[in-house]
Amino acid sequence: MSQTDNTPPTSDERVKDMSGFRKALLRPELGSICGVILVFIFFFLTARDSGMFSPAGVMNWSIVSAQFIIIAVGACLLMIAGEFDLSVGSMIGFSGMSIALLSVSFGWPVWLAIIVTFVLCVAIGAFNGWLVIKTGLPSFIVTLAFLFILRGLTIFAAIATTRKTIIGGVREVAEGDWIAAIFGGKILTGLFQWMGDHGWIETFVRGTREGQPVVEGIPMLMVWALVLVIFGHLLLTKTKFGNWIFASGGDAQAARYVGVPVNRVKIMMFMFTAFCACVLASAQVMEFGSAGADRGLLKEFEAIISVVIGGALLTGGYGSVIGAALGAIVFGVVQQGLFFAGVESSLFRVFLGVILLLAVILNTYIRRMITGEK
Amino acid sequence: MVKPLIEMQNVKTMIEMKGIEKHFGSVIALSGVSLDLMAGECHCLLGDNGAGKSTFIKTMSGVHKPSAGEIFFEGKPMSFARPRDAIVAGIATVYQDLAMIPLMSVTRNFFMGNEPTRKIAGISFFDHAYANDVTMKEMKKMGINLRSPDQAVGTLSGGERQTVAIARAVHFGAKVLILDEPTSALGVRQTANVLATVDRVRNQGIGVVFITHNVRHAMAVGDRFTVLDRGKTLGTAKRGEITPEELQNMMAGGQKLATLESSLGGTV
Repeated sequence: MSQTDNTPPTSDERVKDMSGFRKALLRPELGSICGVILVFIFFFLTARDSGMFSPAGVMNWSIVSAQFIIIAVGACLLMIAGEFDLSVGSMIGFSGMSIALLSVSFGWPVWLAIIVTFVLCVAIGAFNGWLVIKTGLPSFIVTLAFLFILRGLTIFAAIATTRKTIIGGVREVAEGDWIAAIFGGKILTGLFQWMGDHGWIETFVRGTREGQPVVEGIPMLMVWALVLVIFGHLLLTKTKFGNWIFASGGDAQAARYVGVPVNRVKIMMFMFTAFCACVLASAQVMEFGSAGADRGLLKEFEAIISVVIGGALLTGGYGSVIGAALGAIVFGVVQQGLFFAGVESSLFRVFLGVILLLAVILNTYIRRMITGEK
Repeated sequence: MVKPLIEMQNVKTMIEMKGIEKHFGSVIALSGVSLDLMAGECHCLLGDNGAGKSTFIKTMSGVHKPSAGEIFFEGKPMSFARPRDAIVAGIATVYQDLAMIPLMSVTRNFFMGNEPTRKIAGISFFDHAYANDVTMKEMKKMGINLRSPDQAVGTLSGGERQTVAIARAVHFGAKVLILDEPTSALGVRQTANVLATVDRVRNQGIGVVFITHNVRHAMAVGDRFTVLDRGKTLGTAKRGEITPEELQNMMAGGQKLATLESSLGGTV
């Protein structure tokens, strides 16, 4: 044994040196970066003349992508922490309805309705997480139950109070409300007007809005998406808590043995996912001026698909917020791009399935290269 | 490599476990196990499967509360409510398959639960530069050359993973290191590396409890040997007082293995 003591080989001859380029490429986001490049090339070739890349067209698919990004960030962090939330879509419907009912039907000020809804949703998220931890059941089952419970409650609440499943008139009551503006407003409107005045971007040539730019500004929805991505990315990769998220999903027992508060981490990620769903719901309600009981249908799967395209491992412990955001962009661009390209809309699902499959195969390969999994 | 035993008489006792009993409902897992551990000693805990080795070390590391018996840590009576209490006191446990998270980088694993932070604009961030630096240095000390500290633990061999886990425990101030079958899943060369690491750690004055059912691994590094059988201590022997054959027979409960001895040719 004394021979092996202090003379480690200077390098292992079986480990090939990796070139810097290859190392830079080997990232969890690689699959989704390829996906983004591919879909842009595809639509640039097929739909260039359709207006997809005009300011209004860009705004169209950017907004859809931003919607996906907002819920994907929450789903991504939760998935890395080793759990799922299938109740995201129902949570979007529930929180939108809550805001509309409280503000329009009950006459509360909009800012109060939004704050109360956020508290309620985050509390439901915490309860979801608590149930998963306490019962030890798979989060898949627990949150599947909440998918039905929240959707049912949403429809019931809407019908019982107003006899309708769509509640309008939110825009009118939200006029001048500053919290409502955080979700439904637009920024940089001056800049866009100025660009329109100089003829750099399209303006309306007729009608009451003559002279105003077609794209008035950047909707807050997109600002939220950007802020959440930056926050999620920093939290995951640059903080102590981020390390705990990885550890909780990678191996909860091993993490507990070294003192990581796994239960707290998981419950907080359920709360964050609910928060993200509530952000999207608030922005939608402010944008449409109404809430519908069926809003957010299937959004949980869209979020999970975005996250998986982004390179996260379904069983937890591995993934990237940037990747999830890129996955959401792929999703958004494909969904809107097929419309611009004039393709039959039912083919969207075929396209999506193919992309999902390709991304997962590529991601699995990349992940094995990085982590040495067999 | 092994210190003379006379020298050890002056060394302080790290842990003393007296008459530990543990009952799980009607099952008596431990019925009076005693063991003491000196600083700088490698105390091997041997026993066949089901002898109670794991239950016993779990009472030492705060996972189980003993049903009866006393634990003294550095001379003071101790009762750990949670594993975290034992870790804070300086008792670290390296579990065979739960040591590391393969999907995470070596640095992230090394500092898991003890992340260094640095404040930037009032927000505390994980100090990656410092963490990477320390990890590289500690790994070098243990004889592992990492390609980069971002390398996932999954790319390391089983022996290297155990070594990283041991290095981690030592870096964060363990005075007592409990190793739960660190060599049972390893090849010959990796086993040698882990045993060399155990030796290095012991020479730093850390008390090591080394659980194994491989007598040869125990003989390679052990200063004392305690054999457990069916929840009881069969006895403790010092190095040089006992032959590998005697140890082997004790572990197997005496005569049963004697009949097999000829066919196995002493290779177990």
